[in-house]
Amino acid sequence: MLNAVEISNLTVKYPEVIALDDVSFVVKQGDFLGIIGPNGAGKSTLFDSMLGLNTTYTGTIKFFDEDIKKSKTYHKSIGYVPQRPEFENNFPATVSDVVRMALEKKSDENKIDEVLQRLWIHELRNRRIGELSGGQLQRVFIAKALVNDPKILILDEPITGVDQQNIDLFFSILKELNSKNGITIIWSSHDLDAVNKLANHVACLNRTLFFHGESEKFFSDDELVKQYSEASMQEHMHHH
Amino acid sequence: MSFEVLTYGFMQRAILTGAIIAILSSVIGLFLVLRRYSLFGDALAHSSFGGIALGLFAGVYPLWTAYGVSILSALIITKIKTRYNISGDASIAVLLSSGIAAGLVIISFSGGFTLDIFSFLFGSILLVSVNDTVVIAALAGAILMVILLFFRQILYSTFNEKQAKVSGIPVEKINYLLIILAGLTVVTSIQLVGVLLISALFVIPNVTAIMYGRSFKQTMFISMSFSVLSVVSGILISYVFDITPAGTIVIFSVALLAITMGIKSAGLLSKN
Repeated sequence: MLNAVEISNLTVKYPEVIALDDVSFVVKQGDFLGIIGPNGAGKSTLFDSMLGLNTTYTGTIKFFDEDIKKSKTYHKSIGYVPQRPEFENNFPATVSDVVRMALEKKSDENKIDEVLQRLWIHELRNRRIGELSGGQLQRVFIAKALVNDPKILILDEPITGVDQQNIDLFFSILKELNSKNGITIIWSSHDLDAVNKLANHVACLNRTLFFHGESEKFFSDDELVKQYSEASMQEHMHHH
Repeated sequence: MSFEVLTYGFMQRAILTGAIIAILSSVIGLFLVLRRYSLFGDALAHSSFGGIALGLFAGVYPLWTAYGVSILSALIITKIKTRYNISGDASIAVLLSSGIAAGLVIISFSGGFTLDIFSFLFGSILLVSVNDTVVIAALAGAILMVILLFFRQILYSTFNEKQAKVSGIPVEKINYLLIILAGLTVVTSIQLVGVLLISALFVIPNVTAIMYGRSFKQTMFISMSFSVLSVVSGILISYVFDITPAGTIVIFSVALLAITMGIKSAGLLSKN
């Protein structure tokens, strides 16, 4: 299997802290990777670096063997679903408009309908985005991420503010994209149970990478799970 | 009023030129309003006042110096904003007052206010020549063409800069492009309503249209229509009452906004 993502010795230093310390891992094509870690573990920094939003790192990030610092086209292979879709609530754009913004080739207009149908939101296509519920919005942003047929889908903790029914639907969509369409998925989440259910690989991040491997291995190792839970719990208590 | 007024050459030129400027400023204005840059047009207009004064003082055609100063200010304000982390509204306030101040100093040196200055402050659409109309039409055509060419990129980075960046759009360059286009549009619009009322052309039709429009293109089209309607009606009303068109144009567009707000309050518009 091809390497979809290859991260080598990734280090990000901010004036006060080291956000990521010598992180290296490989994601094979077709993998479903769940990235877990407490708040402040460096997940956002890792994502920002992979998405080209943070370029102040040392080490290398490669998508399909292409170094993202040297490539001008690597963004074409990735689709990104943000944590919270941020936009002005009265922004005059329909669901189709939003998906169209991401569309690379104007001639692929029919892809917009295709991807909206695939996510069961075709009937919303002429609705203004400010009128949608959290679950609907989430699917719109997945549709937007999928419209250029990316090989890798990157999702940033994307289930905040979505009800259970929509979360289940979202999970089944992800599963299908991964197993049927062969899209490599990288998904950061706080929800250990969901990661256990969906992902076949886990990366456990807390500034350094303290586990990366098959999710079965992680979840069958009580010591590891406990360690993670403790780290997460301390962080949790620290925050409250 | 009889339709005879429409046979006058100056009136035809005023309406044609006014309509072109109306379309141009509403298109650029929609992006600015959605980026929370509503007062940016105002700031550029005030700074271009400095440019106009400079032109009059140096004996150069004032709009050319205004174009230069306006674009330069647009670039400086953007740079200052990002470099020194000054908020958008504060940097606009700085630009706005420094433009007028520079203008005043230059005017004082050149012997005080003249008729020319007033025509730039309040517009002089009834005085446009055939030559002016041709230049404005060509410039508007070029600006709209650039917008059409980069439409997706400008819209996407207006919607969400971060996501646009992730999709490979060179957001900083697109922002500079939009700001330069705004600078050009502001100076072009000065002849219609003058330095003091430009932001009205940029903002009011768009604020109105956003309440009606569903899709982005629909909103843009509604805004252009309101803008052209306001300009043409404003010019005709000003002729009837023999008053300055800048005022009637802006008051007409404010009236459209007020009516829209009334309709919305009555629950006849279901938008958020």
